[in-house]
Amino acid sequence: MENSNKTIEVTDLVKNYGRTSAVNGISFAVRKGEIVGFLGPNGAGKSTTMRILTGFMHATSGIVKICDIPVAAHPVAAKRKIGYMPENNPLPEELRVREYLKWRAKLKEIPFRKRRKRIEKALELCDLKRASHRIIGRLSKGYRQRVGIADAILSQPDIIIMDEPTIGLDPHQIVMIRDLIASLRGRMSMIISSHILPEIEMTCDRVIIINGGRIVAEGTPDSLRKDFIDTTVYQAEIQGDLTSLKENLAKLDDSLEITGNGNADTEGFSEIQIKGAANQNQSENILQHLTNIPNLRVRALNKHKPTLEEVFLAATKRSWDTLLPDTDPDESTFINQS
Amino acid sequence: MRHFITLLKHELRVLLISPGTYIAAILFLIVMGFVFQDYLTESINASRKHSPGAEFIRSFWLPVFFIVPLLTMKSIAEERRTGTLETLMTTPVTPIEIVLSKFSAAYLYYICLWIMTFSFQVVLYYFAQDPKLIDPAPLIGGYTFIALSGFLFISIGIFSSSLTKNQLVAAILSFAMVFIIIIVGRNLTDWFNQNGNHPLLLRQIVEYLQIFQHAEDFTSGVVETRPVVFYLSGAAVLLTFSIFMIETRNSKN
Ligand SMILES: Nc1ncnc2c1ncn2[C@@H]1O[C@H](COP(=O)(O)OP(=O)(O)OP(=O)(O)O)[C@@H](O)[C@H]1O
Ligand SMILES: [Mg+2]
Repeated sequence: MENSNKTIEVTDLVKNYGRTSAVNGISFAVRKGEIVGFLGPNGAGKSTTMRILTGFMHATSGIVKICDIPVAAHPVAAKRKIGYMPENNPLPEELRVREYLKWRAKLKEIPFRKRRKRIEKALELCDLKRASHRIIGRLSKGYRQRVGIADAILSQPDIIIMDEPTIGLDPHQIVMIRDLIASLRGRMSMIISSHILPEIEMTCDRVIIINGGRIVAEGTPDSLRKDFIDTTVYQAEIQGDLTSLKENLAKLDDSLEITGNGNADTEGFSEIQIKGAANQNQSENILQHLTNIPNLRVRALNKHKPTLEEVFLAATKRSWDTLLPDTDPDESTFINQS
Repeated sequence: MRHFITLLKHELRVLLISPGTYIAAILFLIVMGFVFQDYLTESINASRKHSPGAEFIRSFWLPVFFIVPLLTMKSIAEERRTGTLETLMTTPVTPIEIVLSKFSAAYLYYICLWIMTFSFQVVLYYFAQDPKLIDPAPLIGGYTFIALSGFLFISIGIFSSSLTKNQLVAAILSFAMVFIIIIVGRNLTDWFNQNGNHPLLLRQIVEYLQIFQHAEDFTSGVVETRPVVFYLSGAAVLLTFSIFMIETRNSKN
């Protein structure tokens, strides 16, 4: 059954809450061992999609297959394949960490012989060993978050779905979770949603950006850069006259645009940005040209690599521009109610 | 059903470690102690047709009104509110197992509370040594009635809790439902007896809703099949609805 390479396959997923539509025809697939980042502005439908994938909610229409098992028809079989950590990471307050994981291990049908080992392993991976006897209700947010992650990886499932797992973690723990995710790469498929974009860029093989319940961009971070960033920005630190520089650079390529605030530092250097055509690297030409201009000193030049954040902003903005009506269900319901 | 025991153990453990369980039990014992004492003094002052132990069982409605909503309001509503229902429902556990484990835990607790009241009877037996006061048949019947009607009352509570994510709403709903089937059922009969010719079906339904009459019968040692059918099937229907609510309500809100 599992010879197909796709662990998650979603086709035309639609979910309506009464009249508001949260998910509006999403299709995607996740390959075995792939780590997919799920991005989107607040209210985009990320959590809703994840809840449907895990079988907690029923879709209004559309098909979700987990390891070739249709979730709607065989929810229990599909749930065996998934480790899930919901948004807000709900945990029973009264239990101790180890007790909780033991109970979850039983529910997840981990065979008795392996249970202990798996629990130890999860505690170790999430750096919870020392907190294993503490009562969950008294843990700090970051520790609770780690308990949630430990629970998700506990049964070593084929698929791990985590809704904003790194929220509330300190930088050490973020690095730790990043390493943890990296160590699972190739063995398990993962879907991770987050608003911390550098995180996603570092850990994910592929990114899916959704907005207004639709997929607006999909691909590796680099391919998204190509698609959504229409300028290349070079940053330079120079000392000299800005207007003559503009004229001079126009000789090289008249599409180059220069902006800079002209605020010189103590040594008289100021920072400027040069915008050029997308998807080509003119750094060498520009540098040569700058150094050849008389009365101009150059201290640094580098090509700015657009962050995922910029890609995200560009992609979501483009989708808002194209599907302007009914983009923000939150706002429309708010207006209806008031 | 492979997870039922795991879930039930978890429910019982949570009950055992939460202080609310013990507070409720103590309050219950205090209230029931007063009720028992009341019947005792009454039976001394005026000779009654039943033993005080049996009379005591007949005041079942008093604790049922407050203890059933208190016991069950948290069960599903609270898990829905905090979101732990979501983590539970995304393991290979079925809604049937969830509802049955919640029901069983609440039912066991309810029965434990009533078993504790048995100590009143024991105390009475030691001090009174009067066979007229202690008659085992009404007591057996009475506690059977409690066990049987508990199925229905607790499942009403579980059902209310499955309807909402607000504990208070759940408590009010279960109080209202328990109140209706206990009090309204009796008053309807009185009313029916006063003015005749009503549709047969309605009469038949009302005939089942004789919870006070059932208590009377059981404590007099009369055991019929009709109440047994009524309580068990009522509980089964309500628990089925609860299972259905757990499965579908997530998708709505
Ligand atoms: N229980 C609900 N009832 C009604 N509408 C809902 C419900 N849950 C979510 N929605 C709506 O569905 C849309 C998608 O919500 P969802 O929680 O999936 O967003 P999200 O992408 O996870 O956002 P965030 O980044 O804030 O977590 C929103 O417009 C939200 O208002
Ligand atoms: Mg969300």
